Amino acid sequence: MQKVESHSRASTISELQVRARRLRLHVLRMAERVGQGYVGQGLDIADLLAVLYFHEIRYDPHRLDWPDRDRFVLSTGHYSIGLYAALAEAGVIPLDELDTYGADGSRLEMSGSEFTPGFEMTGGSLGQGLSQAVGMALGLHLDGRDARVFNLLSDGELQEGATWEAAMAGAYYRLDSLFAFIDCNNQQADGPPRQVMAVEPVDEKWAAFGWDTQRINGNDIEAIVTAIDAAKTVNGRPHAIVMDTLMGKGVRLFEQREKAHFIRVGPDEWDLARQQLEAS
Amino acid sequence: MATTTNPSPGVTGTLLSSDTAGATATAAAPFGHALVRAGERNTRIVGLTADLGKYTDIHVFAERFPERFFQIGMAEQNLIGVAAGLARTGFIPFATTYCVFATRRAYDFIAIGAALGKTNVKIIAGLPGLTTGYGGTHQGIEDLALMRAMPNVVVIDPCDATEIAQAVEAIADYDGPVYMRVLRGQVPIVLDPTAYRFDLGKAKLLRDGRDVALISTGLMTGRALEAAAQLADGGIQAAVLHVSTLKPFDRDAVLSLVGRVNTVVTAENHVITGGLASAVADAAIDAGLSVRLKRVGIPDCFCESGSIPYLVKRYRMDAESIAEAARAVAGGR
Repeated sequence: MQKVESHSRASTISELQVRARRLRLHVLRMAERVGQGYVGQGLDIADLLAVLYFHEIRYDPHRLDWPDRDRFVLSTGHYSIGLYAALAEAGVIPLDELDTYGADGSRLEMSGSEFTPGFEMTGGSLGQGLSQAVGMALGLHLDGRDARVFNLLSDGELQEGATWEAAMAGAYYRLDSLFAFIDCNNQQADGPPRQVMAVEPVDEKWAAFGWDTQRINGNDIEAIVTAIDAAKTVNGRPHAIVMDTLMGKGVRLFEQREKAHFIRVGPDEWDLARQQLEAS
Repeated sequence: MATTTNPSPGVTGTLLSSDTAGATATAAAPFGHALVRAGERNTRIVGLTADLGKYTDIHVFAERFPERFFQIGMAEQNLIGVAAGLARTGFIPFATTYCVFATRRAYDFIAIGAALGKTNVKIIAGLPGLTTGYGGTHQGIEDLALMRAMPNVVVIDPCDATEIAQAVEAIADYDGPVYMRVLRGQVPIVLDPTAYRFDLGKAKLLRDGRDVALISTGLMTGRALEAAAQLADGGIQAAVLHVSTLKPFDRDAVLSLVGRVNTVVTAENHVITGGLASAVADAAIDAGLSVRLKRVGIPDCFCESGSIPYLVKRYRMDAESIAEAARAVAGGR
């Protein structure tokens, strides 16, 4: 089997920070076209996606079905705007296609699906991603491949009980090739989780389920890299990296705005948003 | 493992037994043994269950291929999700639970994890319809309607041990999501294994007749054949068309029969809405055919618990009820 490691270990922290800023610019480009969208989520997850797609994940953008690739499993389908940015930056989809985000007939659906190149499954019906990630990790192990599975979940998603069914299975099968990133941006459709249905203490829950667990600032690229490196030294347990993030990260205007599942953006605010991002 | 005999009349039986009343021959754990044969032929086949290994016969596969078997515990949503993940890495997962849990509890996981992208997941579901004396919690009475309504899924309700064994082989070779009901334990042999051939998506005319068309699925085909014999004694010639694949539905076979015999009785181990009767009616209406149709099946209710013979009579699911419906629809001949 040919080994392809297109971006693995290729980037310094400062290079990853540049990548993350570019991902955020792509997110603004997409969100401006539709005048809305999940711009807050796209911005808050850019740091993780920069680390994964330009440092950690082994994949070949020109051979998406490479059997030994690491899998990135997006459970939170509405974060697709962030993944489209990463896939475009990585050369999987053309940059110009980002202008079709959410448009009728586009491959870049508002809540993404497996029909978009680079998507391993269909998220969006929350609580399903980790189960499929467990299945992929079992399958890869059964095939003797050392490929890993990286799953992105969100804090609100932890209210879906099936997440915990999958968490139990991941620990039971000692899947140390499985990494779950839990994006705690403290916002779900009806408000902050503490007002909707409390999910904290998130890290203690994962630890109690038998996962190797860390809690970090999810908008600190160095912290993300360090956490993944630390997780890789732990054998026999799946890894949970709980990330506290800020919705709208990188654009002061959005960071300070009253938080909502959808951040409202006026038509005249996009230029300012871009300026703030470039100055960040 | 021990097989159980039929429970005494009037007593709710264990979940372990299939209904073998009237069967002249049975086979043990046909699904489990067929999956072992398929697994010997194809190393990509893996098995999963949600704490119902013994009760769906997949324990036979687990004992033969322990490294290719995954116990998921009592978590049907995760069962389907894990199966989908295995399929996405190139395996052919057979995931077992009961009809009620697969469809009622894990429906969204089947829809998004398996059906949407035509992922190669096989869902094998036990205790179809009135094959358990436990009540509404365990009797899968509306699963076929639910699964027929879901795009992209093949839906199969096999008749007996012969068909279960053949269908396992066929669905292992078919690339896409499948929902198949299964009978477990000592399972009646109705169809001659040397003469019958299961073809995915094809209905089979098991007996021809000009007076009434009995169209049946699942274990009701055994009873439809009994009913046809009873009717013949009374001078009524009944055809029996066995429709084991409910989706894709073999419209051609159904229309070819009801086009020449327009007095029709459907028989299904399922509520009479959304299953076989509805599929037959849809096909006839779409083709502009006028038929006289009587539906044998579970009425619009959750059923009682009790012994299987009691339930079968109580809900008019026996051969006599099919024959009676045939006489009524054929004009009381």
